[in-house]
Amino acid sequence: MSEKLYLYPLWLRLWHGLNALFFLTLLVTGISMQYSDIDFPLVRFDLAVTGHNIAGIGITLSYFMFITGNLFTSNGRQYRINIRSLFSDLLAQGRYYLFGIFSKQIPPFPVTLKSKFNPLQRVSYIGAMYVLFPIVAITGWALLFPETIARQAFGYSGTLLTALLHIVMGFFMSIFMIVHVYMCTVGKTPLSNFKSMINGYHEAH
Amino acid sequence: MKKVLNLILFLGFTFWCFAQDHVNSENRIANRHCLDCHGQRVYSFVNPDDGSTVRKLMPVDFRVDSALFYTGAHHIFKCVDCHVPEYDSFPHPNQLRFEPMYACLDCHGGDDTYAKYHFETIDEQFQKSVHSPETLNGFTCWNCHDPHSFRINQRTGESIANTIAYDNAVCMKCHFETGSEVMLLLANEKLKPMSVSHDWLPNQELHFRQVRCIECHAAMHDSLLVAHLVSPADSAVKQCKECHSRNTMLLSSWYRFQNIENRNKNGFVNGVLLNEAYVIGASRNEILNILSLILFGLTLGGILVHALFRLKMNKRKRHE
Repeated sequence: MSEKLYLYPLWLRLWHGLNALFFLTLLVTGISMQYSDIDFPLVRFDLAVTGHNIAGIGITLSYFMFITGNLFTSNGRQYRINIRSLFSDLLAQGRYYLFGIFSKQIPPFPVTLKSKFNPLQRVSYIGAMYVLFPIVAITGWALLFPETIARQAFGYSGTLLTALLHIVMGFFMSIFMIVHVYMCTVGKTPLSNFKSMINGYHEAH
Repeated sequence: MKKVLNLILFLGFTFWCFAQDHVNSENRIANRHCLDCHGQRVYSFVNPDDGSTVRKLMPVDFRVDSALFYTGAHHIFKCVDCHVPEYDSFPHPNQLRFEPMYACLDCHGGDDTYAKYHFETIDEQFQKSVHSPETLNGFTCWNCHDPHSFRINQRTGESIANTIAYDNAVCMKCHFETGSEVMLLLANEKLKPMSVSHDWLPNQELHFRQVRCIECHAAMHDSLLVAHLVSPADSAVKQCKECHSRNTMLLSSWYRFQNIENRNKNGFVNGVLLNEAYVIGASRNEILNILSLILFGLTLGGILVHALFRLKMNKRKRHE
């Protein structure tokens, strides 16, 4: 019987579920709009626009839920980085994912109540939630109200730059999501981490 | 020394201003006689019977904005180049009301100087359009293109935003929110307000600002930057994907010309970046597309290799 840790409180699981739902909707509708093709429409264009707008508003609201939760619960502490040892920590975790994991070595940063993320997770989650997400959200809202965008910025079209930034950052978020989903299979069993996000309990290796 | 330099600069500037103005100055003098009245909202004249000064409003149709005229396509002309010299007398003789007006082709037809504008094709398209004189009694080129203010935007490097605003203002002269007197005159009907007739269109205001009306309401023609075959409202483009897709119909119009011009001027990458027109689904950057596919492929490839190694090691462990 492995040890079970209650790591994911209800609000966090609710937020995570909403975030996943909105993100997937944004991903599918976004790809459908960007690569819109008369002969092979993934989602009908007008539906894709409406879906993208609604999911964009939804994910922004859920982001405020995430920020509020992190501000007023202990979950916020999970995103603190130890700068001094960051490089060596990342190296150790990277080495584990690339080599140690295949020989069933003990993870260098086991999951505990105080520290549920390893350094690589922490850096990537901070990058996704505190850097990429705000850029995607701000540019997305600007595109929702294009009259707020400067016509020209540094000699380039403001709308084009905003859209470009939105798409590029959205793409990196998608890459993050794919890697995130895959890394979640690295648990006690391939599905145990997914179950954790439903019942709140993490099963240690 | 400083004074001499200032004097040279002043004289140089004065000479430059004079040279710029000289082109129009001769016409300005000749036209002043007409524009003294027709260039004003209120004009005045002396009543020869009692010597009193009479002030009257100049009817809109007879008013010429001199600022627009001298920046317009026909600024090089004197009034009497197109109007009979008898207008010189005031009150104007009554029979002048029936003075025949020139049409575009009278001057521009069959002339190699204007070949690039394809005036003959424009006329063919116009005759087949909903604006043809057959459909709308008395409709002429002038209803849209006031010869006293008409300006060429395409091919002049004018920005897309300004060109769209200018071109759409031409349509809005008659098709504005509550319809216009001109519509009553030509078609004896009042149009639905634009916001009602376009209530199906998402982001109405944005579309009106970013797209020319003719992109959806006129059939494109390869050699025309401004399509003139305006179709009935029920056959206008209503499918989003016709513009918002890779094979966007916008690429067969003036945007294509703008893009090619832009790329020739600024190089491919800058041409793509400097392109003012961003259309979801249509504006695609090939370099970014390839980069994103490579990155996506590398990510999936990395995950696949990692997953295979994990499976292999798990199997080996199980056998042990």
